[in-house]
Amino acid sequence: ECVEWEVTDGGGSEIMKWNGWGYSDSKFLFNKKGQAEFTGKRYRLSGMIIPGLKDWMEGTFGANLQHKTPATPLLTSSAVQPATLNKAFLEELKSTGIPFSHDAEDRVFRAHGHCLHEIFALREGKFGRVPDMVVWPNCHNDVVKIVELACKHNVCVIPYGGGTSVSSALECPPEETRSIVSLDTSQMNRILWIDEKNLTAHVEAGIVGQDLERLLNESGYCTGHEPDSMEFSSLGGWVATRASGMKKNIYGNIEDLVIHIRMVTPRGVIEKSCQGPRMSTGPDIHHFIMGSEGTLGVVTEVTMKIRPMPEYQKYGSVVFPNFEQGVACLREVAKQRCAPASIRLMDNEQFKFGHALKPQVSSIFTSFLDGLKTFYITKFKGFDPNRLCVATLLFEGDREKVLQHEKQVYDIAAKFGGLAAGEDNGQRGYMLTFVIAYLRDLGMDYYVIGESFETSVPWDRVLDICRNVKARIIQECKDKGVQFPPLSTCRVTQTYDTGACVYFYFAFNYRGLSDPVHVYEQVEHAAREEILANGGSLSHHHGVGKLRKEWMRDTVSNVGVGMLKSVKDYVDPDNIFGNRNLL
Amino acid sequence: MTETYRDSGRAGLEDEEEFVDILGERRRSSDIGFSLRTFSPHPYRGALSCSTADLNNAVLESQYLRYMAKEISMETGSSVEEVREDARGILEEMSQNLQLGFIRLMAYVLSKVLKRLFSSVLVNMEGLNALQQAVQESPVILMPNHRSYIDFLAISYIMFSYDIPVPVIAAGIPLAGMKLVGEILRRSGAFFIRRAIGSDKLYWAVLSEYVKTIVRRGFAPVEFYVEGLRSRTLKSLTPKLGMMHMVLEPYFKGEVYDITLVPISISYDRVLEESLLAHELLGIPKPKESTTGLLKASKVLQEDYGSMHVNFGRPLSVRQLCEGRINRGQYNLVPRDLPQKPSEEAQACVSWLAHLMVRVQEEGSLISPWSLMACLLLQAPATVLSEEGLLWHQLTEKTLWLRKLALDFGARLNWPGHVPDLDVISSTMAIHRSVVHRKAGRVFLVQEDEPARKHPVSPEEGVAKMAAAMLMLASYRNQSVHVFLRPAMLATAVRITKSTQRDELFAFFCFLQDVFSNEFIFIPGKSSQDFEEACFLLKKCGAVHVSQQEVTASAAGLEVLSFLQGLLQPFIDSYQVMFRYLCEDAVHVFSEKQFHPAVRNLATNLILSGELHTYEALSSDMQKNVLSALRRLETVTKLRASEQNEHKVDQAAVRRIGDVLSGKIPPQMLQTPPDARL
Repeated sequence: ECVEWEVTDGGGSEIMKWNGWGYSDSKFLFNKKGQAEFTGKRYRLSGMIIPGLKDWMEGTFGANLQHKTPATPLLTSSAVQPATLNKAFLEELKSTGIPFSHDAEDRVFRAHGHCLHEIFALREGKFGRVPDMVVWPNCHNDVVKIVELACKHNVCVIPYGGGTSVSSALECPPEETRSIVSLDTSQMNRILWIDEKNLTAHVEAGIVGQDLERLLNESGYCTGHEPDSMEFSSLGGWVATRASGMKKNIYGNIEDLVIHIRMVTPRGVIEKSCQGPRMSTGPDIHHFIMGSEGTLGVVTEVTMKIRPMPEYQKYGSVVFPNFEQGVACLREVAKQRCAPASIRLMDNEQFKFGHALKPQVSSIFTSFLDGLKTFYITKFKGFDPNRLCVATLLFEGDREKVLQHEKQVYDIAAKFGGLAAGEDNGQRGYMLTFVIAYLRDLGMDYYVIGESFETSVPWDRVLDICRNVKARIIQECKDKGVQFPPLSTCRVTQTYDTGACVYFYFAFNYRGLSDPVHVYEQVEHAAREEILANGGSLSHHHGVGKLRKEWMRDTVSNVGVGMLKSVKDYVDPDNIFGNRNLL
Repeated sequence: MTETYRDSGRAGLEDEEEFVDILGERRRSSDIGFSLRTFSPHPYRGALSCSTADLNNAVLESQYLRYMAKEISMETGSSVEEVREDARGILEEMSQNLQLGFIRLMAYVLSKVLKRLFSSVLVNMEGLNALQQAVQESPVILMPNHRSYIDFLAISYIMFSYDIPVPVIAAGIPLAGMKLVGEILRRSGAFFIRRAIGSDKLYWAVLSEYVKTIVRRGFAPVEFYVEGLRSRTLKSLTPKLGMMHMVLEPYFKGEVYDITLVPISISYDRVLEESLLAHELLGIPKPKESTTGLLKASKVLQEDYGSMHVNFGRPLSVRQLCEGRINRGQYNLVPRDLPQKPSEEAQACVSWLAHLMVRVQEEGSLISPWSLMACLLLQAPATVLSEEGLLWHQLTEKTLWLRKLALDFGARLNWPGHVPDLDVISSTMAIHRSVVHRKAGRVFLVQEDEPARKHPVSPEEGVAKMAAAMLMLASYRNQSVHVFLRPAMLATAVRITKSTQRDELFAFFCFLQDVFSNEFIFIPGKSSQDFEEACFLLKKCGAVHVSQQEVTASAAGLEVLSFLQGLLQPFIDSYQVMFRYLCEDAVHVFSEKQFHPAVRNLATNLILSGELHTYEALSSDMQKNVLSALRRLETVTKLRASEQNEHKVDQAAVRRIGDVLSGKIPPQMLQTPPDARL
């Protein structure tokens, strides 16, 4: 008989939903009056009524509040496959004192990321192959021990950080016959030291984004790395997927932020011997680790750049008469290398969606002002409400420079017909980033399924790819028998010197379809084909996982795949890290 | 995928009721009122309107032309500014200047002209409705066949009548040179392309950027003739690929989501230019396009040309058609506006699509009773037609028989159902009284009588006189030849190989396709489907039995088989005459200039000696086709150093082709360039 250890579970099932996004206390619902409402207290939108959402859902998807598709409320342990345990491994693990569990709930919780098909299955109470046990190492040395034992007893290890993957990376390969151990890094969540002379921090890889920022903030610092998932995603996960943060224009993406990485592999620990800011020592071994998606080992500790917290932050927004003008403006901003901390351009559909998510305004005066603004833009300036689009901006730095910078950007925007549309709109845009993921769960209560996916693409192709991918989604939905017109929308979320990152959102009402997830997957597949045909990349920051690996060979060439394979073969000849991502 | 066009061309358009006479309304109400009607088309929804100046500017300022100007200035030594100035000049000569006022003028004039010429102009409403829908969804390319000058603005006229955006139309530059008319055409949407562009890089660059910009912007449909020219023989011409490539490239490069191709089949009961065409084919040059010429031609307005059918095919999505044929990712690594030679894959795809479009045009065309009669008349001996006359009742019986066969083969006939069959045939004859006439129960060919002859007609002149009439008949036969072509090739294979083995017949069938692919339209890479289709159709009409291994002629199929063999015979005989000429001892090297008169001479002599029974070897069109075919088969090669366009002939190879064609030796695969087969 094995002993169950008390565990302070980083993703404890009381705090977090087991079959949806985020915190259990926060969700969208339609109250008794039929008005949409966001529950909880965590977000600015929490506790507010969102009067426009119902109409938007009905209008956009043809959804109906009478037609509900509720999720299975409770996890039934009996529906979970019994654990395949490796007795010898278990015995030795016990002797190390590292906590573990083979409780069904713990295992199911770590068997998935947040792809549509994963959540859909959970809501239906269906579980495929799940890890056979979960271990919670407390530090680097614990990980070394676990990996050694795994190698010794031929156990499959799948590292688990924040669980926010959207690439099927956490799915257990159904063909895996060995015992699968989910290695949950959530207990490795300390900042080990801060080096104020060099502005670096040495951090355990299990820390989640919001904790890292909060703890650094207490010392007056930040990393500035803010992926949309930062409430839940972990530092190790960022490294393993080559993550990108909203404010990368100032702070850089993960590959720019990382100074040193420690990773435990079946061959031993890999790390560099110094912290020089740049090295010419052959191919950078960090680049074997970043993007390895858990196939080579577990990232345990990372030294990152830190910055003093910005003195001043200012949101902003610009309305453009159409998407083409908006893209032209972003391109010019990138050309002049004056992008603010964040600049995002939403297309018309997303603009309308953002509008639908406006909370009920408290005063007549605000609503009067809103009306006036709308009147000014559409009637006085002649913007077509069905074509206009909005860019949201975030400036950061010392006050004077921010104001100067702001002026520069607004001046450029004006050349492309852009009108400043206020701080509120900008701020709301960024806040929605965090609540938008909750909205999918609401949709799933009412026959609406959807997802977002991303790519990066050269500037001259941005408009073409946006148009073509959106059109392809609409056509594929039609061809696959979707009864209602889908939502097919995009936004440009990052700018680079030579191109941009584009996000697509896609959702549809699946009433009348016998296998909606399959239809969804076919459409997403077609959309990815379209992205690639239009010169877009396989992924900008979500990673490949298992969802996109069929395209890897075309993406990096045969030799490229061979290179990656030979690294894998050397580092992990027995495929201990057997999540089968990437290759 | 290749099969989709089959139902496309024919999609439920068999009912005659669906064709509406657009002149009906014109005869009832005022033309002025019509030309001033409210014109409110729904253009492609992504498109912003675009003035001529905007468009031309966008072309000149394009990155592509910048690259090209730089490249050309490096090659020629002239400054970039000079090259750009040249480009501006080319664009000015080329560009359309579509204006609604002129569309109205055109609508007014054409109303008058069409009513004078035709008893009806019939348009299929279903196709038009589909087009109306399609123009809103993606950029549209209108692809009519080209059989008569009157085609030129007919489509615009119909678009105007039904509130569809008026197209910009690719036209030959000679039209631009016509005083006043050129300008009117320009303002009605025509843009003008030089005939012999050859290797003028700048011209190609300006033209392709111009066309691509129009497609990308989608503010108006583009209309062009994929056959390149007006067909002098009324037979489909091998498609030209340059323009086709230009209109498709925006899709290949992802600049538009999709492009819609709309094949349009225009069929005439009687073609305005019929006798002009026959003379041109005999080597008498066509009059230069001029405004005075046009006015002189106004005497054609006095005659009856029956009806004109405009059949709009189902709009075809380039995206769907090209699925699996083009990897759009091939443009990912080089800037898309950099001048680049199209990949082999792209070329093959363009060629395939172009051929497909011509086939769809063929299938969408309406076969007139007269065309069926022309097939039959051409199979009667020349002396019967010129002297004894063909028995009227025999001709009518045979025509009705052929009508059934054509229907069996899936042809779309223009045969009025509510009129007795004999009346249909009589009135057809009446429209074509310039070619045949009926006297005492017999039908005779009308031969030109030139008044006040000073000397008696020489035998050679006699041949020439007959030839004009015969080539006219041949042209009308050509209107329906595609209906019978594939079964006719199989019938010919059966006769010549004397084999019943499928594989042997198929080999000969492929050989015929190889030899005749400049004569008829075969979709590259589709030989075995074509063969299957031929087997299927012959089996359907009871002419053959088909089994796994064998195709055997049935006793009851004799009439069908001999008609079909007879249909192809003039082509085979004419090709043999030309092969024979090329194998003469003196002819190792020849120029194109020598070729035509020499073949004409040889053919005339053979006709006089009774050895040759067809006049079609006299047709310059067929002569050109033979040369092109032999060049394609690499048995005739152009001498590079030669200034007189000289050719060298590999006589052994030509002899071999002739021997296979006559059944003396079995076919081996002939050499074909790789792009012709996918």
